[in-house]
Amino acid sequence: MRDALCAGLVALAAADPAFVFLTGDLGYKALEPLREALGERFVNAGVAEQNMVSVAAGLARTGLRPWAYSIAPFLYARPYEQIRNDVCIHDLPVVLAGNGGGYAYGVMGSTHHALEDYGALLCLPNLRAHVPAFAEDVGPLVRRLAASEHPAYLRLGRSETPANWAPPPYAPWRRLLRGGGGGAPTVAAAGPLVGGLLSALGNAPDASPRPDVWAVCELPVEAGDIPDAFLEDLDASGHLFVVEEHAAQGGLGQMLAHRLLAAGRAPARFTHRHALGYPSGRYGSQAFHRRECGLDAAGLAAELAAAATSAAGT
Amino acid sequence: MDEAEDGDGGGGAFCRLRRRARLRLLRMHYESGVGHIGGNLSCLDTLLVLHHGVLGPADAFILSKGHAAGALYVALWTLGRLTDEDLRAFHGEDTRLSGHPAPGFLPEIPFATGSLGHGLPLAAGMALGKQLRREPGRIYCLTSDGEWQEGSNWEALIFAAHRRVPLTLLVDANGLQGFGTTEEVAGQGALSDQLAAFGVPVADVDGHDPEALRRACAAPPEPLGAPDGGVRVVFARTRKGHGVSFMEDRMEWHYLPLNEAQYRQAAREAGGGDA
Repeated sequence: MRDALCAGLVALAAADPAFVFLTGDLGYKALEPLREALGERFVNAGVAEQNMVSVAAGLARTGLRPWAYSIAPFLYARPYEQIRNDVCIHDLPVVLAGNGGGYAYGVMGSTHHALEDYGALLCLPNLRAHVPAFAEDVGPLVRRLAASEHPAYLRLGRSETPANWAPPPYAPWRRLLRGGGGGAPTVAAAGPLVGGLLSALGNAPDASPRPDVWAVCELPVEAGDIPDAFLEDLDASGHLFVVEEHAAQGGLGQMLAHRLLAAGRAPARFTHRHALGYPSGRYGSQAFHRRECGLDAAGLAAELAAAATSAAGT
Repeated sequence: MDEAEDGDGGGGAFCRLRRRARLRLLRMHYESGVGHIGGNLSCLDTLLVLHHGVLGPADAFILSKGHAAGALYVALWTLGRLTDEDLRAFHGEDTRLSGHPAPGFLPEIPFATGSLGHGLPLAAGMALGKQLRREPGRIYCLTSDGEWQEGSNWEALIFAAHRRVPLTLLVDANGLQGFGTTEEVAGQGALSDQLAAFGVPVADVDGHDPEALRRACAAPPEPLGAPDGGVRVVFARTRKGHGVSFMEDRMEWHYLPLNEAQYRQAAREAGGGDA
């Protein structure tokens, strides 16, 4: 997704003279084209994320449109007070672009993982979080965020778009797979793991019940955000199955459950697969950590099939 | 005490302005029962100098030591930007004048401050904005001295000095902080030299001498300044509680509200008689 971000921002650089890009000394072999395109408006703020976020707020106060970029945990956790006080309280149009959402940095270790980023940030006023599911989403999101007048967090990951498949045009909520009923749950997924899940479901035996699969790319889930078609899918299945590479607290699962309860649309069953941290105390690839949390695509596909079978038998 | 006896230097007009501002500040804090008066009095002269003759229409100011909000409000009152009615609401219910500056109602207060170590990075961002837009003007930022224990200030100084953005940092060096002196707490007796080590010109001045402050704020950025001005530092050596004998250099006046007797004595010393 980082390359897609760079391409989108290079286009933005040509279109918007107010656009300024700040990086916390990251972007080697990725952001050089953007540096070329922006000239002095490409600012390497150094290894100083607190200052970078406040500088972005100051730039926004002068009418410029800053983006601040780093590895996700360095961008949301270290300068959290700067995001809160300097950006969000003042409702300034600063975009925080964090690379490596969830376990994307794999065996680099826990310091490089972002497991509670959007949950923590969405406690703050005025901010919305954007979690693209596919690399193809990033370009449209760049244009969307560039037009926003409010703080935004963009959580990038490693795209898992299935081979020989094109995602539908970007929208905050998209149905990616129409299920065939049969008791299969309705899946709501945040982030690129949904691509892997689609691949796994596509490789499942034809006889397997197929779930409805939705990608949710914009948070929080506000009243009125949930499409009618999603609610109809959920009414039909009676089983909400949320997957996200994020802690349970403050995640999509909790937000969605809250909204559905408030709307009187609570499903009969609710399953939430989410990041669990480091249950074994050992480290590995993103796939390793997903397996430890029950978030690996094959495991999720099997669990969804089992849930459908179970529902069909009752 | 009349102007001639004031002993603080500066012209008669500034002395009258300062007396008026000090009295209003004392009254405001007394009526609202609010502490933090010591650190307000230490930087009041700096704020008055800035707002009366230094800041131009293209400039902006950020009060990083947000606990001196009272002094900022009073300085804006002396300009007619806040009214007596506004000041009477200080620290009350349903007020715009919270105990630390709140944004959104005056362009002179571009950011909420109060958590230390935020003002200078914000000022660096605004100054970078001016530099990128080729706009005239300069951003001024007042920090405390104890505030330099916050790492974000050093991040901002590295950034601003390197980029030579048009920024003037003023330090209200009263030597006292929340629970001790800056020397006791953090060995910061050489802060002025530490700032100068970043390659920015530092004017080390008596922070209660308005002419010295004015000269320092207006000084050309020699010898290290960039064509667009670069970073300058005005290290204003001040006294906490300045102008009120029983408050001067006393740490407790970081916190204490004034009782009636203290207020009357403070007002007499500030030159206004019983208020």
